[in-house]
Amino acid sequence: MTNPERGRSLLRFAAPQNFYPLAGRLAPWFAASAVVLTAVGLWLGFFVAPTDATQGQVYRVIFIHVPAAWMSMFIYLVMAFWSAVGLVMNTRLSFVMSQALAPTGAMFCFVALWTGALWGKPTWGAYWVWDARLTSQLLLLFLYFGFIALTRAIEDPRRADRAGAIIALVGAVNVPIIYFSVQWWNTLHQGASVSLTKAPSMATTMLTGMLVMALASWAYTLAVVLWRVRPMILERERHTEWVGAELERAAKLSQTAGGRA
Amino acid sequence: MKARSKRLMLVGGGVALLFAAVALVLSAFQQNLVFFHTPTEVSEGKAPTGKTFRIGGMVEDGSIQREADGVTVRFAITDTARVIPVTYKGTLPDLFKEGKGAVVQGRLEGGVFRATEVLAKHDENYMPPEAAHAVEQAQKAAQTLSQ
Repeated sequence: MTNPERGRSLLRFAAPQNFYPLAGRLAPWFAASAVVLTAVGLWLGFFVAPTDATQGQVYRVIFIHVPAAWMSMFIYLVMAFWSAVGLVMNTRLSFVMSQALAPTGAMFCFVALWTGALWGKPTWGAYWVWDARLTSQLLLLFLYFGFIALTRAIEDPRRADRAGAIIALVGAVNVPIIYFSVQWWNTLHQGASVSLTKAPSMATTMLTGMLVMALASWAYTLAVVLWRVRPMILERERHTEWVGAELERAAKLSQTAGGRA
Repeated sequence: MKARSKRLMLVGGGVALLFAAVALVLSAFQQNLVFFHTPTEVSEGKAPTGKTFRIGGMVEDGSIQREADGVTVRFAITDTARVIPVTYKGTLPDLFKEGKGAVVQGRLEGGVFRATEVLAKHDENYMPPEAAHAVEQAQKAAQTLSQ
């Protein structure tokens, strides 16, 4: 790192007692951005963007389907990243982060599959086909379920962390398979309209709406995960001094609030 | 620090091995992972013609014909190199059109593909109707110019 002072100050937040208040301060901002971005994105998607020449109105599902599908893949990669960091560095917070991400990833994965099915019926003529894209995305949902079930089923948190980390790392293989499935094999699912390697093949207002919705799903994920990680940190660290002090402070706050009411 | 870099090697090596293994498995099962075969593959005998399979391609322009019974449809599916004639009895999806992508499932019987299911395949292009119209006009203009 070029600036050791700055590096140290950021690494400070790897410690649970520093990350806990930071998460609490950041979450409302991300939540507020998520609300604003979703409102703007849906307005662009449903009122500003034109209808599609071949599909008509039904294409508007992309404003939810595509950001959800992107997010479901990205969250799994982030989970795998934190799992690897946890395994290598033995950091306490990393495993907690990957476990806090899993339910949101599973939710986005389900939304992508569900909206895709609703779109598939009028467009393809079938809710579901077993092509490589759809099947590998379904596998991702099962990986999320497996990760959540396994980390919840093992009592000892250290063993639960390790078992979950291994599922997260092994399952990460599936993410490039989902992404490239439409290039590697003949699939019914169409290829990517938006990618880093070529110009997007969709009208500008449609693209803008979709990207705003993608940002909204980022903000939503950050807000929800930061909120979810806080009680998880408290539970893990319940025997430490700082959690005792934190709980005392919270109890005092609620007492004064109760007295006022 | 020593133990940490050892763990990094273990995790990194494990993940790399896993990716390599999966890549090998996927390339070995290449044939089973395709959702449909192209008309060229079918005419070269690369498709499993003995059982039900799928053919994907474009619905050939001017090939759609309805039989007198009103439910049977004849059309041809092409990848611009080879053409496979198809018959199908049933309702077609809304997006099924001449010049657009489609996937048909069924069996090959005496050179004609008897489809039991027809799916429309959408491409990755999204554009408003005016833009689609403009593209069509431009293509027509280009054709007249080249003639």
